[in-house]
Amino acid sequence: MDGDAVRRHERSPGVEHGEETADFLSYTAGFGLAVALTIASFVVAKTDLLWAPGIPVGLVVLAFAQIGVHLVFFLHMGSGADNTNNILALTFGLFIVFLVITGSVWIMYNLSTNMAGMGMAGH
Amino acid sequence: MTTTAIDEDLEELEIALGGAGPAPTRTVVAYGFWIFLLSDIIMFSGLFAAYAVLWERTAGGPTGAQLFDLKSVFIETGALLISSYTCGLGALSAERQHRNYFYFFSLLTFLLGGAFLFIEISEFVGMIDKGAGPSRSAFLSSFFALVGMHGAHVSSGLLWLVYMVAQAAAKGLTPVVLRRLLCFSLFWHALDIIWVGVFTMVYLMGAG
Repeated sequence: MDGDAVRRHERSPGVEHGEETADFLSYTAGFGLAVALTIASFVVAKTDLLWAPGIPVGLVVLAFAQIGVHLVFFLHMGSGADNTNNILALTFGLFIVFLVITGSVWIMYNLSTNMAGMGMAGH
Repeated sequence: MTTTAIDEDLEELEIALGGAGPAPTRTVVAYGFWIFLLSDIIMFSGLFAAYAVLWERTAGGPTGAQLFDLKSVFIETGALLISSYTCGLGALSAERQHRNYFYFFSLLTFLLGGAFLFIEISEFVGMIDKGAGPSRSAFLSSFFALVGMHGAHVSSGLLWLVYMVAQAAAKGLTPVVLRRLLCFSLFWHALDIIWVGVFTMVYLMGAG
């Protein structure tokens, strides 16, 4: 038996062959995109490139784009082994995050506007 | 036919039938840690929600536009983003068993993370000196809770990084150490994702 055959034979379930999920190029591409999106966010916030009331929307879009870049290029969503489970968990997590944030803002805004004399006093 | 040849045939048959046994440990570990990271992000979503509800409640105190210095936030953001990149390159070097590159990129990651933390702590100290501490208003309470929680994560990440370098030095880049390193790099990248939310929602929207 040569060394490789021994390793194959004695390999316990679940021990990997040493697969690689990422390479230098994908990290660098992701880094470049993330830098561009970060700079774009600061430019949008600091200048009047966008119509003023549209700035928050622009910032949110840029933030989501950057989070997507991080997930794909740094966390290797979409290219890792057994990817379906990771994506399912991510989707469920994002759903909870969405519920917590929009739910809180929605309910608290309603409470605030219905609390005559207190809510809108700015305290 | 030798035993190993039969084993290999069996293995190929299993893979062909789609039942190749349990998933590799590395995949299972990454999945479990990913679940932890998502629950951590959900914890952060509570703090984001509190900030979104309270950011206009300044109780006559200073507002975000008066307190935030976008130039230092930009440097902070850059430091954390570059540290995320060097952390990824460090993990890649470790996987390819280039130990010296791993040390080099870990050092860069540590220095950049430390720079981020230094700027953040100076910002906090400056605000507290100006009387804009967490007890000044609901806005500032939620600000310090959210940004401070992120800073606490970065601090623990730096400690973890030191520990990982010590493990690599003491045990070598064994599969166990590489899996722990994978978890660390996932953690560090997740912190950068949360920071994207923080600088967009707190600093850029608050200062505008």
